[in-house]
Amino acid sequence: MPTVRIKDHHAEQQLFERRAIAAAVIMVLAVGAVIARLVWLQVVKYDYFVQLSQGNRIRIEPIPPNRGLIMDRNGLILATNAPSYQLELTREQVQDLDATLNGLAAMDLIDPADIPTLKKDIRSRRSFEAVPIKLQLTEEELARFAARRHQFPGVEIRPRLTRYYPLGSSAVHAIGYVGAISEEDKKRLDLERYAGTTLTGKSGIERAYEHELHGRAGFQQLLVNAQGRRVERIGNEIPELERREPLAGNDLYLTIDQRVQQVAEEALRGHRASAVAIDPSNGDVLAFVSTPGFDPNLFARGLTRAQYLALTEDPNRPMYDRALRGTYPPGSTVKPLMALAALEYGVVTPHDTRFCRGSWRMPGGRDRLRRDWKREGHGAVDMRKAIATSCDVYFWDVAHVMGVDRIHDYLAQFGLGQQTGIDIEGEREGILPSTEWKRRAFKSPEAKIWYPGDTVSIGIGQGYMTATPLQLAHAIATLAAHGKRYQPRLVRAIRDAATGVTRELEPVRLPDAKVKDPSWWDVAIAGMVDVANAPHGTARYYIYQMGKPPYTMAGKSGTAQVFTVAATERMRKASELAEHLRDHALFVAFAPVEDPKIAVAVIVENAPRGGSAYAGPIARKILDAYLLTPEQLAEQQAKYPQPSAEPGPNTTE
Amino acid sequence: MSYESLETSRAQRTLTGTARLLLALHLDGPLFIGLCLVGAVGTIVVFSASGSSVGFLKAQVLRFLLGLGAMIVLAQVPPRVIRTATPWVYLVGLILLVLVAITGDIAMGAQRWLDLGIVRFQPSEIMKLAVPLACAWYLHERPLPPSLPSLLVLALGIGVPTLLIAEQPDLGTSLLVAAAGGMVLLLAGLQVRYIASVIALLVPVAFVAWQFLLHDYQRQRVLTFLDPQSDPLGAGYHIIQSQIAIGSGGIFGKGYLNGSQAQLEFLPERSTDFVFAVIGEEWGLIGLVTVLVLYLFVIGRSLYLATTAHDTFSRLAAGSLSLTFCVYVFVNTGMVTGLLPVVGVPLPFISYGGTAMVTLMAGFGILMSLCAKRKLVSR
Repeated sequence: MPTVRIKDHHAEQQLFERRAIAAAVIMVLAVGAVIARLVWLQVVKYDYFVQLSQGNRIRIEPIPPNRGLIMDRNGLILATNAPSYQLELTREQVQDLDATLNGLAAMDLIDPADIPTLKKDIRSRRSFEAVPIKLQLTEEELARFAARRHQFPGVEIRPRLTRYYPLGSSAVHAIGYVGAISEEDKKRLDLERYAGTTLTGKSGIERAYEHELHGRAGFQQLLVNAQGRRVERIGNEIPELERREPLAGNDLYLTIDQRVQQVAEEALRGHRASAVAIDPSNGDVLAFVSTPGFDPNLFARGLTRAQYLALTEDPNRPMYDRALRGTYPPGSTVKPLMALAALEYGVVTPHDTRFCRGSWRMPGGRDRLRRDWKREGHGAVDMRKAIATSCDVYFWDVAHVMGVDRIHDYLAQFGLGQQTGIDIEGEREGILPSTEWKRRAFKSPEAKIWYPGDTVSIGIGQGYMTATPLQLAHAIATLAAHGKRYQPRLVRAIRDAATGVTRELEPVRLPDAKVKDPSWWDVAIAGMVDVANAPHGTARYYIYQMGKPPYTMAGKSGTAQVFTVAATERMRKASELAEHLRDHALFVAFAPVEDPKIAVAVIVENAPRGGSAYAGPIARKILDAYLLTPEQLAEQQAKYPQPSAEPGPNTTE
Repeated sequence: MSYESLETSRAQRTLTGTARLLLALHLDGPLFIGLCLVGAVGTIVVFSASGSSVGFLKAQVLRFLLGLGAMIVLAQVPPRVIRTATPWVYLVGLILLVLVAITGDIAMGAQRWLDLGIVRFQPSEIMKLAVPLACAWYLHERPLPPSLPSLLVLALGIGVPTLLIAEQPDLGTSLLVAAAGGMVLLLAGLQVRYIASVIALLVPVAFVAWQFLLHDYQRQRVLTFLDPQSDPLGAGYHIIQSQIAIGSGGIFGKGYLNGSQAQLEFLPERSTDFVFAVIGEEWGLIGLVTVLVLYLFVIGRSLYLATTAHDTFSRLAAGSLSLTFCVYVFVNTGMVTGLLPVVGVPLPFISYGGTAMVTLMAGFGILMSLCAKRKLVSR
């Protein structure tokens, strides 16, 4: 039977009073708990908290770690840290930020144009943090500021270590440079580890190995008064201050051999050019040159707007890493690889000959008549001679028979058309064309079509095909090692700063480039040996200007057309053409043939002469620098002081 | 002798005059004085906590006076009018909350404000009063202790605004709103078995909230509360610094304007949520206990007034408002002393800040109206 409940005002009043009393009791208990807590904090633990509150006058200041050193493969220092003076501003000690910055600008210590950025940076930090506003003060600036220091409370000179590259622009594109940490960098970096750090790697090794080079920040406690200024003692008491030493960054041993690097840079000076040398037995990059270069010390110092513009607007583009990012038609340097491809697909045997009349026309096609670089032709050539004389007709013919897709598949094994995987960022892939590639690369339907004539050009490394100097050196190193392929690398070993132990990095082996018959390697290589040594070799005359090399050298020249001129026109001397229209001179080489220790690719943009004549001797010098003893080098220098500048046999191949 | 007695009687006359005035304005004398004392403490402390800012001082005084005005005005509204208006105010508040959820302004990463053109305004503040009043209104005609169906309706009426506010996100206010509603239920005689089952339910609800409802920063606050040292320069910084401030104050304090924690700006939010620590540092245990006793007096007096109210609505509403005030005090002091996690609840009448002060004063105005001794004729 359901009961109907009626409001009973008296009972409800009583119920409320009981509950109110209960609530009051709970309330008193809760406040009692708070009071008990207060007694605990203020009476029992009083001394402890007083100490802590004193400790609040102790400020924690980060100590930036020393950045790891960068050395060449023999321990020669390429990047180190040098003391310098920088100007720092602490916001909470500055009365009027605008007046202070304007005052510094008036003294020509900071650029007035930088003030808005500086202000933003200063405001984004905590008020007691010292923010660097000028990175490297010259002696003169130091004196100028010191004289009027009292006018700028909150601005201090602080000695710091900054990055210093003792060899200046040498190997700059491999080593890279450091610069002030940007907003973009902040997103990438673990800022806790960067407390107190002002510089970070921007390119090359400095960037790619930032995590090894940076180290871990330490800290020290500083005693500060209420204004945040550093003091030595509280009254008579000198408190004990904690300090954790920073952990320096790890040192890097590069694969670069500075002797080789220097020789290559010397030889290419004054040109827009690049050279890459690789040890075929492990992928070590022995030299990595891109000229012109620039002085990385500028960036660590904090460069002015004018300096930056001068660098970026220089038509020779010194900041551009040609070795890594420059893509050039490989020209005839690709012929030894093309020969191997032809053997692999059974298009020719090593001893099959083609008769070269000096020109060639595609059988049955509507293709134009193509002229060999040697107008009178090479006569009957087998594979070895075709490479040695760089006979275009032979390679047009085999390429035409192979077809572009088979060429693509075979040459891809040597790393063309893909990143080599070198351990710095920004590598370009170049183009290893195929029908598929052309379909993707072009928009209009007719441009997407692959014409047989396109394939013919590929046969001599022209047309759509491009490669970086790094890729060429890598491909030649692979050929020299009979197909064994190693990922190119710039860092050989890392010395751990904490333990002092040097850890050698294992070379990274890539999938081999394969041939059906291993003896074919020797056919291609024999052709390259003839290039440098046989009387009919295109480069012998130039290579032997410094005497016969005391090792067996294999090489191949190449010329990359910048400007399409009619074949007959190209017979004119290159020097008569406008400089920027001249062909690029290329040369690839390796030695000793019996046990290859170094493979090199040299590219000189818009060279005054052809590949053999101009790039060949440079390649030779690079090989010499690595393979000869200092005595041998000195002896050679004495015998052949200056290679003759006389133009030799016409070789515009 | 006669001179002396004359003096006495003059003083008495003044007192009686004031008492008459208060009575005529439906204001409760002891409660009024208690509130003014707390407000005075607030102004003195905020001046120090703001780094001796006269601007802060003026603004604080002005807000307190504005609050007093609101209280006096609301005390004049007859209880029946308040009761009749209650459901409408609640509905409007709820609609505004939904509007905020859809279109609200984003201030400091949280969506709490509604821009009404002239003023920007936080609907969650209305709900601090509207929710307990609405619960009392619902129970007014119903027999107590409430039946299960009534309880479910009430749970919904409290839960929806609580969740809407929690999602803004404003954990502190949502807890206060839920507490205000819950207080009505407790005072209405909610059976102990329900209380027990709600507590049992809280465990899984807390789990779900932790997993899905809480924002990262809210979770971080709880974690940091459990172990402040885990993040001494980040989220644990507030708790550590405020305990240092209180602890180093000792029994007598470092003296007004002399707290190094507060004055050297080591203590964050020192004029708002963490003002209690400033009192502790500068006035010591003595100062804090004095403030707590003042609060206890205010709460005790309002709770007593609630028991004198004539009908269910008035009783429950007044009781809930006074207990909610107590929750304010406890949550803030608990958080500043490290007993509770950091939720953004200001210390009533002392923390620098506008809306909360006015809302609280309005609450006391309503309470005074509901509990005023009125001549039967006037009713």
